[in-house]
Amino acid sequence: MNAPHTPVRAAPARAFKLVAALIVLIAAAVALAWVATLFAGRTDDSTSALAADPAMVQRGAYLAKAGDCIACHTSMNGKPFAGGAPLSSPIGTIFSSNITPDRETGIGAYTYADFEAAVRRGVRRNGASLYPAMPYPSYAHITDADMSALYAFFMLGVPPVHEVNKSDDIPWPLSMRWPLTYWRWIFAPRVGPSVTTSPGDAELARGAYLVQGLGHCGACHTPRGVTLQELALTDADGLSYLAGGIVNGGTAPSLRTDKLTGLAQWTDASLVEFLKTGRNANTAAFADMSDVITHSTQFMTDSDLAAVAHYLKSLAPAHGESAYAYDAATANALYTGHDDSSGARLYLDNCAACHRSTGLGYPQVFPALAGNQVVNGSDSSLVVRIILHGSKMPYTETAPSQFTMPDFAWRLSDQDVADVASFIRGSWGNRGAAVTASMVAKIRAQTQPPSPSDP
Amino acid sequence: MATKLKSVDVVLVGFGWTGAIMGKELCEAGLKVVALERGVSRDTYPDFAYPKIADELTYGIRGKLFQDLSRDTLTVRYTLKDTAVPYREHNAFLLGEGVGGAGVHWNGQTYRPSPEDLQLRSHMSARYGRGFIPADMTIQDYPVTYDELEPYFDRFEYLCGTSGRAGNLNGQKIEGGNPFEGWRSRDYPTPPVVDVYGATLFANAAKQLGYHPFPQPASNASRPYTNPYGVRLGPCNLCGFCERFGCYLYSKATPQTTILPVLLKLPNFELRTRSLVTRINLDSSGKRATGVTYIDEQGREIEQPADLVILSAYQFHNVRLLLLSGIGTPYDPVSESGVVGKNYAYQMMSSTSVFFDKDVAINPFIGAGAGGSQIVDEFNSDHFDHAKQGFVGGAYIIGGQTGGRPIQQLSVPAGTPAWGAEWKRAAKDSYLHTTSVVTHGSVMSYRDRYLSLDPTYKDSVGQPLLRMTFDWHDNEYRMSKFVTDRALEIVKTMGPKSHSTLLRQPGDHFDVRQYQTTHTTGGAMMGSRPDNSVVNRYLQSWDVHNLFVLGASAFPQNIGYNPTGLVGGLAYWAANAIRTQYLKNPGPLVQV
Repeated sequence: MNAPHTPVRAAPARAFKLVAALIVLIAAAVALAWVATLFAGRTDDSTSALAADPAMVQRGAYLAKAGDCIACHTSMNGKPFAGGAPLSSPIGTIFSSNITPDRETGIGAYTYADFEAAVRRGVRRNGASLYPAMPYPSYAHITDADMSALYAFFMLGVPPVHEVNKSDDIPWPLSMRWPLTYWRWIFAPRVGPSVTTSPGDAELARGAYLVQGLGHCGACHTPRGVTLQELALTDADGLSYLAGGIVNGGTAPSLRTDKLTGLAQWTDASLVEFLKTGRNANTAAFADMSDVITHSTQFMTDSDLAAVAHYLKSLAPAHGESAYAYDAATANALYTGHDDSSGARLYLDNCAACHRSTGLGYPQVFPALAGNQVVNGSDSSLVVRIILHGSKMPYTETAPSQFTMPDFAWRLSDQDVADVASFIRGSWGNRGAAVTASMVAKIRAQTQPPSPSDP
Repeated sequence: MATKLKSVDVVLVGFGWTGAIMGKELCEAGLKVVALERGVSRDTYPDFAYPKIADELTYGIRGKLFQDLSRDTLTVRYTLKDTAVPYREHNAFLLGEGVGGAGVHWNGQTYRPSPEDLQLRSHMSARYGRGFIPADMTIQDYPVTYDELEPYFDRFEYLCGTSGRAGNLNGQKIEGGNPFEGWRSRDYPTPPVVDVYGATLFANAAKQLGYHPFPQPASNASRPYTNPYGVRLGPCNLCGFCERFGCYLYSKATPQTTILPVLLKLPNFELRTRSLVTRINLDSSGKRATGVTYIDEQGREIEQPADLVILSAYQFHNVRLLLLSGIGTPYDPVSESGVVGKNYAYQMMSSTSVFFDKDVAINPFIGAGAGGSQIVDEFNSDHFDHAKQGFVGGAYIIGGQTGGRPIQQLSVPAGTPAWGAEWKRAAKDSYLHTTSVVTHGSVMSYRDRYLSLDPTYKDSVGQPLLRMTFDWHDNEYRMSKFVTDRALEIVKTMGPKSHSTLLRQPGDHFDVRQYQTTHTTGGAMMGSRPDNSVVNRYLQSWDVHNLFVLGASAFPQNIGYNPTGLVGGLAYWAANAIRTQYLKNPGPLVQV
């Protein structure tokens, strides 16, 4: 996976200071109660649910895929689940842990209760709290039966790897873990079933369970508060649930039925296709979502994916947007040569070969720009990043072709990128705000191309 | 001393079309396959990315995707008495190198042979009498029929998403397709690419003359297409940068756009690039291959043992490796003994630039490689009565243009100076208003036209170069004159302002400086017996049963069509024989 577009962006320094101050404040305010944390954590001390049932191990393997455990718990070129992958956070770099059943360095010595407490409650075997980079507030919804299957898989279905965990690269005082316990107390939900306010059927309930629980979609797609908690963990918590969040410095789009920037234009079938293959008739996955599809959703059953789609499509819009309507004026102007603005000319010279003068691209090959919710999004940096560095579709078993958009950073100036990005965001009925050259310059400085582009 | 690696089931020598097809088929059969490719790794991104690929000087003229002739080439001479000299620049034929081979820089023409092309000697003898074939013409029948190969032509076309219009569906003639073609079990996977305007003018004129023009079958997908391996192609946008270039749009079928996205992910497949195979190793009996020896990127000599060796390099290299490895008896044109190197053939074209006035907007920059052109096939194969013509073979006539690149595809009327103000004026006046009509014809095989090892010149690792002994015969001059006369009748009916024609006249030598077609064939031909061929009907070596030799080296003579459809079909045919027969019972598949 040599995606040409996965630069990790440093968090803005201002946010760092704010978060640091808040965490220290919370820490000070509750410091006296820290002794209590030694006794907190596990509430369920049930005995090991381990049974050497191959069907259960297999089911656990499927659930581990649905939970995308491998994505964070495997380092580049590392052994599966052996940890060591860096996860950048506003307070520093956290390294994921070894969750293979190696007794010394992994979780081989974990009882079911230890395992359950870590996954659903964010409490380590030694009683310390996990960073919420581990999405235990979402995993809290996983059922006991699925927890048992996951435990069976991680104990019996994963080869043990001897790999000592890396220390996190977080400066003191943020490196102290005990304040996380209070964070956990305040923000993590009680372990319990998934919740939905939508009038339900079995498929909807299944979808809610997968989205809120294992899928932990909200980790990226729900906005977070100043102390980094997701503002909603289920749709019962309000319209902010899955209303669009921040990931690696970019915006993860709304998964609600927002008319312009959400899933209103998507059918259930196109959503299933997207999660299965990384693309559909209108768009293609890029950046972090490519990894999610590669490691997780492509392996989910059609019925589970249909349930996910059914649930997401039941979520009411969060943003007051009017519906998207295609406007043929741009295509006509390009076709007849009547638009000689810089953006239009750059578009014809650089983009139209694949995305076409209609902006509609070709289904499952080149994404449509017309009506595309990322193109219309409030965060113009996504479009700018793709123009600068290109993007490669994920490899999936059902759609192996990795169509790749080349990088244009070597060819287009900041003004060129701004002109063409503004053109794309304002044409064919799109309603994205214009982009300026200084915005492009900033993004160019913050993101480095992964490799020299000049062959 | 070569480093000996662990044995594998299959080693592929060369990783272009036939290597990729065989790799996928044999991996599906559960075998551990290693492909050795002497060139570099290449993919659509970054190697063919827009806009850098649309650079005629780098790719069209300097041949960035072609074989590096400074390290290895072949030598050429006309007759047995001449001393051959090396081919130093890519002109007459464009040899591929690197992952995808020549399958990266082809145009996409995807023809099947006519049924009679495969039984040429017996067919021509039966229809015109035994004396019709000249004594020195060594053409022979393929040991396999069109009916047998039909399912495998179909597989290759459905792999490629080939665009076209069927003319014969299960024996039923279809209006608008090629009325002369063999039967097809189903239509093309994608409809024809839209015609360029020059092709429309050509087709209209051809119809007026009573011909049956049809869209050229092209592995340039006319719409998005997903092949049976699950790999998807994008539709062609007629950018005109096909032959000599990689396709940035994922439209032209290449190993990269049809097979590699799946094959390269398989755990039982391994590709090693920059790995130059220098010989096929045999056991002490000389009847069984034990693997190959190659030189890796660091210059180390490596031995790769394998149970099955597949020669899937370009036609010239297949023949050369057989000769270098001492497999089979080299052909001797004096004693007419031996078979390796025998029946080398090429193709013969004529071309006519057709100049219109400024009221006819050809816009030649709109081109789709193979797509968008129209074909008249009345004078190819044995689609017409040869009795009065006195030659064997034929040509198709093609109207339209593959693109309008400024250096190689800019024609000026005859008599225009080659440079200066007058040339510039003519170029400016002609460029937007010029199309072409070309004849693309067969070349037969002859006693004195063959391939052998060169006694003088060596490659960069010290092995003898391959030597080609080739020049035109009267049969081909006559064929080309006859079909070109028919083409010029069409040109006149098109009503142009003027036209200029390049036709090879009797006495003109084969000129390696002139590009015609890049289709070179023969030297390891397939046949019915060990004394008339190198490989049997399944492309299996007669001498070494665990060696298969794929590609156009198997053609006993050259057809009037572009060869890739037949090359691809034969690769699937051989793969099927290996999977269904050879693996169950390794040994000769044809007993004699």
